Amino acid sequence: MIKKIIISNTEIAGSVYVLSFKRDFEFLPGQVIGISNHLQEAPRLYSIASGNTEDVIRILYDIKEGGQLTPWLAKRKANDSIFITNASGNFISEMNEDACWIASGTGIAPFASMFFSGNYNNKLLIHGGKFLESFYFGNEFREKLGKNYVRCCTRETGDGVFEGRLTHYLKEKDDLNPAHKYYLCGSAEMVVETRDILLLKGISFGNIVGEIYF
Amino acid sequence: MKKSLLGKTLAELEVVVKDLGMPAFTAKQIADWLYKKTISSIDDMQNISLQNREKLGEKFVAGFSNHTQVQASVDGTKKYLFAAQIKKFVEAAYIPEKTRATLCVSSQVGCKMGCLFCMTGKQGFQGNLSAGEIVNQILSLPEREKLTNIVYMGMGEPLDNTEEVLKSLEILTAPWGLAMSPRRITVSTIGILPGMTEFLEKSECHLAISLHTPFEEERKKLMPIQNIFPIKDIIENLKKYDWSKQRRVSMEYIMFKGLNDTEKHVRELSRLLSGIKCRLNLIKFHPIPDTPLLGSEPEVMEYFRDALSARGITSTIRRSRGEDIYAACGMLSTKSLTESKEQDF
Repeated sequence: MIKKIIISNTEIAGSVYVLSFKRDFEFLPGQVIGISNHLQEAPRLYSIASGNTEDVIRILYDIKEGGQLTPWLAKRKANDSIFITNASGNFISEMNEDACWIASGTGIAPFASMFFSGNYNNKLLIHGGKFLESFYFGNEFREKLGKNYVRCCTRETGDGVFEGRLTHYLKEKDDLNPAHKYYLCGSAEMVVETRDILLLKGISFGNIVGEIYF
Repeated sequence: MKKSLLGKTLAELEVVVKDLGMPAFTAKQIADWLYKKTISSIDDMQNISLQNREKLGEKFVAGFSNHTQVQASVDGTKKYLFAAQIKKFVEAAYIPEKTRATLCVSSQVGCKMGCLFCMTGKQGFQGNLSAGEIVNQILSLPEREKLTNIVYMGMGEPLDNTEEVLKSLEILTAPWGLAMSPRRITVSTIGILPGMTEFLEKSECHLAISLHTPFEEERKKLMPIQNIFPIKDIIENLKKYDWSKQRRVSMEYIMFKGLNDTEKHVRELSRLLSGIKCRLNLIKFHPIPDTPLLGSEPEVMEYFRDALSARGITSTIRRSRGEDIYAACGMLSTKSLTESKEQDF
């Protein structure tokens, strides 16, 4: 593992933080890194949420109650240190391919990385969250994706926001293109339920790629 | 709420007795009552003084719990339902054969891995089992005395719950515990690299890898974990390990019609697994609701087995057991019994 000095660690929504540190390695948008508080501690995996040409690496995380890392991580300040592993993983969406990106909560992170790396043409992004503040990086997505950025909110209402779970949105949507690729990122429940809906709507399992955070 | 003594290792029991001001040797006595004599109550620990039993009883219970339901298959397999935590349940499958009897135990309530072909995966994840809840499936089994083998192939991904699984393995294999040979125990994993590395370092039990296809792009569609820990990295790590000391690694391969049962899969498996001494277990696919997958025909499975064996990969077709009671590979689920909140997404 490599030691990194934190540049910033900001709470952007209730118990949700963006941590940043200097980028001095290459990665593919959609990849993960391991983060640990100690060289001897097993790292936990997090998707990178920043673009692959940016000067910094951003990590989006929420505090897991009773978790070994995130309660500690949330207390770190600029100039504190953490340990990280090399970037790894294969959750990659090709540049310019027709694809639908579907995320819940902090599962938006790999898509944010792809987006900030310039990969947003021909993409439909569907993001599910509890509150309006749960749509992390929403302004940037809205600016570039326009109508192809769909927010599904379960506990609040807002202008242009679908009221309800993203799975409800998908059930109502009748123009899903079976030739497109579908990338899912979120909890096991979200990925499994969403995948089942897509399969019922005639999307081939070969066009569905899931990443589950655990 | 009183804590359970079941599931504590000898080192943990030593801490318990020290904290309660009891003699150090009491820890070994408690382990003996729990894991060799399987008493149901602290009151039954007869060689511990009444005063110390009372001290223990103020904070702890023995922690055993019997199954709440059992289903029997026409082939002799039995599926037991055990309560785990509040309103959560897991299943264990008892599989008797002519020369051995195997128990397939669960390590989690549900599973986070979301494999396309697995019924447990469709349940989502409701929690990790403690070492005590894992060991209880074995110790509370009516057929416990007949058991010869344990496989961690029930509900959940064992190496996503490594700490509790390793504790349970210590209890099963330690002289102060059940003193089983680690060669009678197999832990199956989808391929979580950090957990696998820790398991190989800290345990001597056998390992099984859920492989299912040698091709990365295909595996991504079947198993989301492939996006995080690619199978080639798993195999590379296994090749570095010394398998010469009677420890065994096997590969699990569910056969899907037209998907992973072709000649090119034979060739790629042979390439991927070269240099690693392992057995490939070919498994019939047991369809689950709404699945887009179909199982390979029996004659295709036989051809596949023979083609692999001809290339030097020892392959066997695993006999399907307990399908009529949903106890067969990939069919365990307690979704209808387990309370889970609808998640916000």
